[in-house]
Amino acid sequence: MLWIAWKMLIGNRVKYLGIVFGVVFAALLIAQQSSIFCGLMSLTVSQIRDVQGPDIWVMDAKVQYVDDIKPLADTELFRVKGVPGVAWAVRFYKGTARARLAEGSYEQMMLLGLDDATLIGAPEQVVLGSIADLRKPDAVIMDDAGYKRIWPGEPYQLGRVFEMNDRRAVLVGVTKASRSFTSFPIVYTRYSQAVAFAPPERKVLSFVLADAEPGVAPEEVCRRIEAQTGLQALTRAQFFRKTIRYYLAKTGIPVNFAVTVLLGFLVGTAIAGQTFYLFTVENIRQFGALKAMGTSNWTILGMVLAQALQVGLIGYGVGVGLAAIFGQVVKGASRLSFFMPWQVLAITGVAVFVIVLLASLLSIRKVLIVDPAIVFRG
Amino acid sequence: MATTVPAHAPATADLAIRVRGVTKEFGSGGAVARALRGVDLDVAYGEMLMLVGPSGCGKTTLVSIIAGTLAPTAGDVVVLGHDLVAMTNGAKVRFRREHVGFVFQAYNLLPALTAAENAAVPLLIAGWRRRDAVEKAADVLDALGLGDRLANLPTELSGGQQQRVAIARALVHEPRLLVCDEPTSALDAENGRITMELIERLAVQPGRAVIVVTHDSRVYSFADRIASMEDGRIEAVEAGPRRGAARG
Ligand SMILES: Nc1ncnc2c1ncn2[C@@H]1O[C@H](COP(=O)(O)OP(=O)(O)O)[C@@H](O)[C@H]1O
Ligand SMILES: [Mg+2]
Repeated sequence: MLWIAWKMLIGNRVKYLGIVFGVVFAALLIAQQSSIFCGLMSLTVSQIRDVQGPDIWVMDAKVQYVDDIKPLADTELFRVKGVPGVAWAVRFYKGTARARLAEGSYEQMMLLGLDDATLIGAPEQVVLGSIADLRKPDAVIMDDAGYKRIWPGEPYQLGRVFEMNDRRAVLVGVTKASRSFTSFPIVYTRYSQAVAFAPPERKVLSFVLADAEPGVAPEEVCRRIEAQTGLQALTRAQFFRKTIRYYLAKTGIPVNFAVTVLLGFLVGTAIAGQTFYLFTVENIRQFGALKAMGTSNWTILGMVLAQALQVGLIGYGVGVGLAAIFGQVVKGASRLSFFMPWQVLAITGVAVFVIVLLASLLSIRKVLIVDPAIVFRG
Repeated sequence: MATTVPAHAPATADLAIRVRGVTKEFGSGGAVARALRGVDLDVAYGEMLMLVGPSGCGKTTLVSIIAGTLAPTAGDVVVLGHDLVAMTNGAKVRFRREHVGFVFQAYNLLPALTAAENAAVPLLIAGWRRRDAVEKAADVLDALGLGDRLANLPTELSGGQQQRVAIARALVHEPRLLVCDEPTSALDAENGRITMELIERLAVQPGRAVIVVTHDSRVYSFADRIASMEDGRIEAVEAGPRRGAARG
């Protein structure tokens, strides 16, 4: 009988395509907007993600997200080191600096200062030059996207010189970095150097990066650090979540996307539901005839649901596929961020499922109440 | 109007259909339409009964009740030994599935299915595997002279051919009751005659019963008995021409 339902459905090509179109529209919009949203959210944590190695971030108790810098006194490093369970701890500077280029123009930079001794937090993927060269005087490394932005169209060239806070900076390497929310060029240097590049301030230490001793849970070490120092200590994952939660709660971003997603959901449901209902009405005599010939209401219900699920499946596949293609295209062509984790696929799937269920409700009502005796009427 | 034979089939025969005092009202309150006003009717096994009468006199309502697609307002209906009035809805669905074949004036074929697939629908409803069902349906269509149109869609068939597919569908599961509502009224004389001949040849058999609603006087000759309805009542039951020929 499900086979008959399927035949009925695709036998009516125009209506079939109409229903599928509604579902595709919704799935595409929901998946695409959610992916852009996830892309944006992942941008907000890209700077945490790019610091590989330490599992614990220590910061001022009032810091709410990764770009919310509230400098600590340099002595806090030693207090953190003194907490039992801390294997090691290093300084990390994060701030912005204005660079004066050789051409005379100014550029805002994201300045990251790495521990002088260990260079912990250095980028992983080197395009040109070497991380070790950061130990040379005045040495800085820049991310490739930033380089292309400052010197568009020019080949990578080490030894380029610019100034920050009237101090000379010499480029010794180009690396890859995840794009950040602000999209400033990212400049890496030693901590001691970064402090000199940055505008003079009383306190300069942005974060203490630390790791737990083997056998001690990082969460536990974080608790101890907080108890002992009064600072805020978060694991990487906790800092991720805190940062994302901040953007979710304190910016209009989620609302904007939620509105678009909701719109896609409603419009998709309306198109699919209306076409599906018309399809059912058009076939109501067929359903009546099947009922007269002894098809139970349960089977009829199953047939309509099967029809709904069938268009849901097709619409989901096509919609998500189109969204993925869109993602591939924009990834290459623009600065729009696009990130489609499995959660997006799952959410879109659930939404499509709800859409086809809602869309079939009216139809189900219609077929269940149809009187099999209608088949005798002309 | 003269009643030349008893309204009831011979009492000795085991009755296929026994209808007593059936009324049917549609609507409620001031807008009640009395479609049936007290109908008694018996049909014996092996019999083809024709139900005739002017449009709106209640023929379709009566056969819908007998076929179990409509519940009477009052009265008794026993079909093939089943008390339809006492039956639950689910039991009626099973009853129709197992025991009733339908031929409608409007054919009511599924446009997306081929002739063979359409004829196989009652078997599919009964849970047969598709291949077996279509195979058996093809045999029946072959017997109806449509062996070369098995794979055609209804839109590719003439009206007469579509009605033959509908007959194949009505008989494929070998029901003991065949109900036909105006099966020939959309057909020309030749196709109407062919249709009735096929129904007579395939459906009128011992242990089975056939009711044909018609106001096509050209096909009266196929009836064992003819029941004339008027305004919700059976006014007369007469012997049809077949009675003499078939039973002597
Ligand atoms: N579903 C219905 N609702 C209201 N009135 C109906 C309905 N079905 C039939 N009737 C009325 O019942 C009467 C008998 O109809 P019907 O059995 O179709 O007659 P026939 O088949 O002899 O033309 C008609 O007056 C018709 O209008
Ligand atoms: Mg009628």
